[in-house]
Amino acid sequence: MSRIFAYIPQKSGVPDDAATELVAVAKKIDSRASPTAILIGFGPEIDAACTSLRDSYAEIWRVANESLAYPNAELVRKALVDVLPAGCILLLPHNHFGIDLSPGLSIKMNVTYVSDVVNIEGTDGTFLNLVRQEFGGQISAHVRCDISSGAVLNIRPGAFKPQEIPALNGQVVDKSAAVGALPSKRRFVETIVAEAGDVDISKEPVLVSIGRGIQEKDNVAIAQELADAMGAVVSCSRPVVDAKWLEKCRQVGSSGKTVKPKIYMACGISGSFQHLAGIKGSPFLVAINKNPKAPIFQVADIGIIDDLLEFLPELTNRIRESVSSHR
Amino acid sequence: MEILVCARRVPDTSENEIEVNSAGNDIERDDLVYSVNEADNYAVEEALQIVAKQGGNVTVVTVGNEDDEEILRREMAMGANRAALISDEAFCGSDGKGIATILKAYVEKNHYDLILTGVQAEDGGAQVGGMLAAMLDYPFASLVNSIQVVDSKKLKISREIESGNREVSEIDLPCVLAIQTGINEPRYVGMKGIRQVASIDIPTFGLSELGVDAASVGEAGARVKRTDYFVPAAGKGAEILQGKREEIVDKLIELLRAKGGLK
Repeated sequence: MSRIFAYIPQKSGVPDDAATELVAVAKKIDSRASPTAILIGFGPEIDAACTSLRDSYAEIWRVANESLAYPNAELVRKALVDVLPAGCILLLPHNHFGIDLSPGLSIKMNVTYVSDVVNIEGTDGTFLNLVRQEFGGQISAHVRCDISSGAVLNIRPGAFKPQEIPALNGQVVDKSAAVGALPSKRRFVETIVAEAGDVDISKEPVLVSIGRGIQEKDNVAIAQELADAMGAVVSCSRPVVDAKWLEKCRQVGSSGKTVKPKIYMACGISGSFQHLAGIKGSPFLVAINKNPKAPIFQVADIGIIDDLLEFLPELTNRIRESVSSHR
Repeated sequence: MEILVCARRVPDTSENEIEVNSAGNDIERDDLVYSVNEADNYAVEEALQIVAKQGGNVTVVTVGNEDDEEILRREMAMGANRAALISDEAFCGSDGKGIATILKAYVEKNHYDLILTGVQAEDGGAQVGGMLAAMLDYPFASLVNSIQVVDSKKLKISREIESGNREVSEIDLPCVLAIQTGINEPRYVGMKGIRQVASIDIPTFGLSELGVDAASVGEAGARVKRTDYFVPAAGKGAEILQGKREEIVDKLIELLRAKGGLK
């Protein structure tokens, strides 16, 4: 069986949550595997991150280089090619960095690539059977891939339960010297922090959230009227922002805001994992969608199969009536 | 600037419920509505906006079959001035690396300053752009949500990273960029526009024209194969409220009030 490595992103010296999830993935590929963590960065940050992984990994490869202080995928790719042994399996989280890094890395390492893996079903050493999702999670696919000469596997964040293992007191091994000259055809300039916007949905207890099912800009008012009647705030999924119907500050999801409401009304939202990744704290989740197969119904507490353009106004009216009758 | 946009025709998930066919080896394709992959359409719009300012040409290419020609015509109706269909029996069953290998051969027969793809297809792996760039030794960036031309040798771009933040970089040309949805507002294409390009001849390129090694593409070259489709076992699942709409509304209000969701 090939040696398994896990690339662990770190920020300000704190390793990504993927660290313990990728141990679980390695064990699912090979129950006897003791994966090696690989961390790339510079200065006290990378040292702190390596140290904090000593409980979860028996061996931690530290690659420190001033040019790698900011995780530029073009540079990290070259560093990984220089450092990793031929034929290994590399696991990474399928986030904005993994999406940027991994496809090209698999070409440079001449190994198999599979993105956004949600489950591992087993291997005979030559072929690995795994599960991916397609069409926004509406259906799943079994995928069989040849890992005999190695693989790069991007793993969906949160899809695997972190592995509970006794503390390993792992060794940090410095591999910085293996990194040769790094390319410079793409140069990091700066990070622009998202504008705060007129509302902070991350602090709101009740959200009326709309997705593609709202269909057009004029219909946003239907959701706003419901939110007003409930004393809630309107948030949304990505397609609504892409279409410029609402501001980016109202987007819930991995590329938007993380919210922790008590109540989340998902109206015309299919429930992609990128959207669900932005909903924390197990709110009471009500899904309204006319597609009974929408993945949102698998995670919602209450489901309503109906056209939201007709259902929401009726709900708004009844809430207004019941509020006035309660006074 | 010479820009190539790689696009795909995919089932439109806003128009269809995607289901597994009875054999379990594909999705049910009868009566599906197809359209150009959403992110690819943003990529074409971005290319058109760059060429409008800088001059040059936009070529749209797809790897597929004669059915896929319709999206090439649609993107020509949007304003792309050239299109190419890459089609060969030998290409069927290609994995992401196979598609990138085919596109590399096409790119090397031509000259492009900038190659755009959509960041991901509904049934894809967000992989072809990054693989193509690595094969060509071009720099690459994914999740690109703005492009500014600095001069004839470089661009200033931003990528979408976590929490709505943006990572700004300079990137040398030629390069490959995978475009994120929302980067622009794709123009509307009417029936009239489609009719105007209906009779334009779209060149087709196959294995021999591109000089691709048959063993590196198609089923033969694929190291990643989908074996079957299935519907994931539902978790606990939502309690679906049943009854007339008024009854459902009343039940929901009761639940919301119990959970403290009404002011």
